[in-house]
Amino acid sequence: MRKNRDNLKSPEHELRIFRVRALLAVVLVFALTGLLMGRLAYLQVVQHDVYSTRSEKNRVRVEPLPPTRGLIYDRNGALLAENRPTYNLTLVRERVEDLDATLALLVDLLELPDEEAAAFRVRSRQRQRPFQPALLMSDLDEDQIARVSVNRHLLPGVEVEAQLLRYYPDAEVMTHALGYVGRINAEEMATLDTGRYAGTHFIGKTGVERFYEEELHGQAGLRKVETNARGRVLRELGRTDPVPGQHLTLTLDKQMQKLAYELMDGRRGSIVAIQPQTGEILAMVSAPGFDSNQFVTGIDVASYRGLQEDLDLPLYNRAIRGHYPPGSTIKPFLALAGLAEGVITPDRTINDPGFYQLPNDSRRYRNWLRWGHGRVDMERSIAVSNNTYYYSLAHDLGIDRIHDNMSAFGFGQRVGHDVFGESTALMPSRDWKRGRFNQPWYPGETLSVGIGQGYWQVTPLQLATATAVLANRGEWVKPRLASHIGDAPLPERVPETPPDIMIPNDTWWDRIFSGMEKVMTGSEGTARRTGVGLEYRMGGKSGTAQVFSLGQDQKYNAEELAERLRDHALFMAFAPLEDPQIAVSVIVENAGGGSTHAAHLARAMTDTWLLRDREPDVEELREAMEDDDGRVAGN
Amino acid sequence: MGLMIDLSRALRPYPVRAPASGISRRRSLWERLHLDPWLLGMLLVLMAAGLVVLYSASGQRLEAVIAQGIRFGVAFAVMFFLAQLTPATLLRWALPVYVLGVLLLVAVELVGDVGMGAQRWLVIPGVIRFQPSELMKLAVPLMVAAYLSRQELPPRLRDIAVCLVLIAVPVVLIAKQPDLGTSLLVTSAAVFVVLLAGLSWRFITALAVIAAAALPLLWANLHNYQRQRVLTFLDPNSDPLGSGWNIIQSTTAIGSGGVFGKGWLQGTQSQLEFLPERHTDFIVAVLGEEFGLVGIIAILLLYLLIISRGLWLAVGAQDTFGRLVAGSIILTFFIYVFVNVGMVSGILPVVGVPLPLVSYGGTSSVTLMAGFGILMAIHAHRRLLPR
Repeated sequence: MRKNRDNLKSPEHELRIFRVRALLAVVLVFALTGLLMGRLAYLQVVQHDVYSTRSEKNRVRVEPLPPTRGLIYDRNGALLAENRPTYNLTLVRERVEDLDATLALLVDLLELPDEEAAAFRVRSRQRQRPFQPALLMSDLDEDQIARVSVNRHLLPGVEVEAQLLRYYPDAEVMTHALGYVGRINAEEMATLDTGRYAGTHFIGKTGVERFYEEELHGQAGLRKVETNARGRVLRELGRTDPVPGQHLTLTLDKQMQKLAYELMDGRRGSIVAIQPQTGEILAMVSAPGFDSNQFVTGIDVASYRGLQEDLDLPLYNRAIRGHYPPGSTIKPFLALAGLAEGVITPDRTINDPGFYQLPNDSRRYRNWLRWGHGRVDMERSIAVSNNTYYYSLAHDLGIDRIHDNMSAFGFGQRVGHDVFGESTALMPSRDWKRGRFNQPWYPGETLSVGIGQGYWQVTPLQLATATAVLANRGEWVKPRLASHIGDAPLPERVPETPPDIMIPNDTWWDRIFSGMEKVMTGSEGTARRTGVGLEYRMGGKSGTAQVFSLGQDQKYNAEELAERLRDHALFMAFAPLEDPQIAVSVIVENAGGGSTHAAHLARAMTDTWLLRDREPDVEELREAMEDDDGRVAGN
Repeated sequence: MGLMIDLSRALRPYPVRAPASGISRRRSLWERLHLDPWLLGMLLVLMAAGLVVLYSASGQRLEAVIAQGIRFGVAFAVMFFLAQLTPATLLRWALPVYVLGVLLLVAVELVGDVGMGAQRWLVIPGVIRFQPSELMKLAVPLMVAAYLSRQELPPRLRDIAVCLVLIAVPVVLIAKQPDLGTSLLVTSAAVFVVLLAGLSWRFITALAVIAAAALPLLWANLHNYQRQRVLTFLDPNSDPLGSGWNIIQSTTAIGSGGVFGKGWLQGTQSQLEFLPERHTDFIVAVLGEEFGLVGIIAILLLYLLIISRGLWLAVGAQDTFGRLVAGSIILTFFIYVFVNVGMVSGILPVVGVPLPLVSYGGTSSVTLMAGFGILMAIHAHRRLLPR
């Protein structure tokens, strides 16, 4: 130790120490610099590919370009579904400096109630990825767009974004035929081709929009863009254009559809009109309708509940899902079954005492006319809608043959070619009853079926289709809603068309038609008031369906109860007789007054279609109907 | 008490003999300016390269390059001024400057201005905005060197205790601001003095063990954001959008540059603003992206040359004080480089240390050039003392 050499400096010794330490320092400096160089070489040589890819991914973003959805036109080129530009208010959280101040300013600018500010705050926090815009408010009006635009410099991160939104100009009238689009939900998302739907928020939910989703949607494109770290697009590096969806031309006639909807104004029910040779659906109305545009922008809970709890069930598509007992409207079809099976001939008559009795049974099945129609042949049975004739016919045919022959007309089947969500309704049979109730079929039930009651249920579309097949003298056409995709016409005959209907003698079709014409113009015809002044030959058949029960959870006041317990009025018709251009089915719920209501509506439809220059006066028609109420009996 | 005695000794005038006037040898222009042409030349090359990278890193803003050029001018003036001082003057001023620095740090603690989340600035409104901690980067090593140069070397236990107090007071004050980067640099500058003075290996080992044992204690005293930085360093992907973002983006920038780089102004990471703080602490990532491995190695070699020259000058210094100060200055310069490049390339946690004379910023440039001024003063004045 050198304790006693305190304060005695030794420059040489100190220099020696320093030199050793400095040398060590040099070694350390070079070693550490070598370490840095090694690290850099590792990053830039060994890992170069990894980081190149990462840097490229940073820089280049692939943005989907959603296709424009195809437009939908009616048969005359009138626009039924279009894409309307709407403006949405969006906010990118990362680009907003003071969220509260920004939201407060927005609420102030747009003159929104204070509750909206809270809603804005919630929505601004909903985000999936950084720099993704959150939707604050959709469908801004021009004034609101202007206010936001003028103050843009005060609102960094807030954008007004244009988006094409489906719009239905005559939503209420068209909706049950067209369907509508809505936001893609999680369930649909799971099954969708995400590449095709990249950037698309909407998908067809029902109707034509759903059935032709594939064609209407198109193919998403994409563009590669260079963005900076704030997500702003600086330039486009490349793009694949989207393939827009194909336009769809429907067979519907907007005028006919509108007329049908007006005719049903204030009523519940359905009108379906079909062109018999082609199966083209001219009108398909379910009343009441609703504004489907609400479902596109996103309906609020209160409005949705309102629609759901409406006693008139506006959301219910009666035309394809409504189940109605067909009543007497099916008598011409049963007569045809009788002819086909050789059970009757056109000229064979029965004697109607006003009721029918099964052998060994004392119960009387009554005709609607208490004292009976006397001698009744096939044509008269249709014209006066005699029940006894059909009790007898049904008994002779038996339920099995009725079931088979009526199924051939499409009852109990889905008949539409491109109709989404159609119901089969019900054509009862022994097998069905055993499966459903585990009970045998009773002969009395066959008699009920014979006059279109009992278990038998049809949809308005089924009734119109069967009428069209009848008008075609048995030649089947499936009803369809679309005629052209883009410019290409769809094939006329569609696959899975049921076999045509044959009867032993083709002239018997004329006998059936004759019976139906007498309904309209015969002195005893059940719809003879409707047939007054016809300018062409028309065949029709009336029907009344009993409303037998109400759901247990339905609460009505007495007046409403009475109204809703009245019978449904039905009518089916086609015209002109010699060359049918239109077949119609009309169902007016709880119309009560027998055939008249529905028959008038059917004639308004045929008149308008066949006598194009004549606009029917709906008001006048309505008055005529009120006059008729109850004055013509029959069903 | 011992401390007081030692400090008073440090105040004693340095035994400088009067300059031998009338020396016939002709002095070169550089000698008359008291500048080292090699070191000066290399620093100028480094600054020029720095300005080129800065133009790209600042988003091609010429104003930033001009502003930085002006700061370099000021830094040169400071360097030139300090180069004219004699080591004796430096020794004389070591204690007063040190005491003043500590007082200013205390003042910052009491009335300092808060900038960027830390209390670092002392402002005399309209006159000056000043970071006393920058002053301490030079004042502390000068003080420690001044003290040790009066002692018999290698330093004994008592000397080391004194040095520890001299270091700890300002470092604790700076760390409290909080400024981890500067306290690290001040500590290393002072520790280099002690190491170069010949601190025995037993002490070094013992200190290393104590430091290792103190790590948990240090951890407990770190600010949350400082802890976060360390955690992020260990696993940058744990918080890719928060504190991990910087390091992910800087390694991506460097790695994607490859051997030859993407070309000047062509770095997508830098030009598209993915790289944060790209013109200040992370500027080396811009260099790596645009000029590749070749560019970074060239700059690192330039730093090595500067450091080698600096150490050469330190070894050639006339006396212990000069040697210790010069060695400490140049090794601290290396610490800047190592910590900065280390953190940007992801082998060290993120600590706010700039890349010397390349990163945008006035204060650090001035301090660094002041250091080189002192280095040159020590070198240039040695011939005045005949051996």
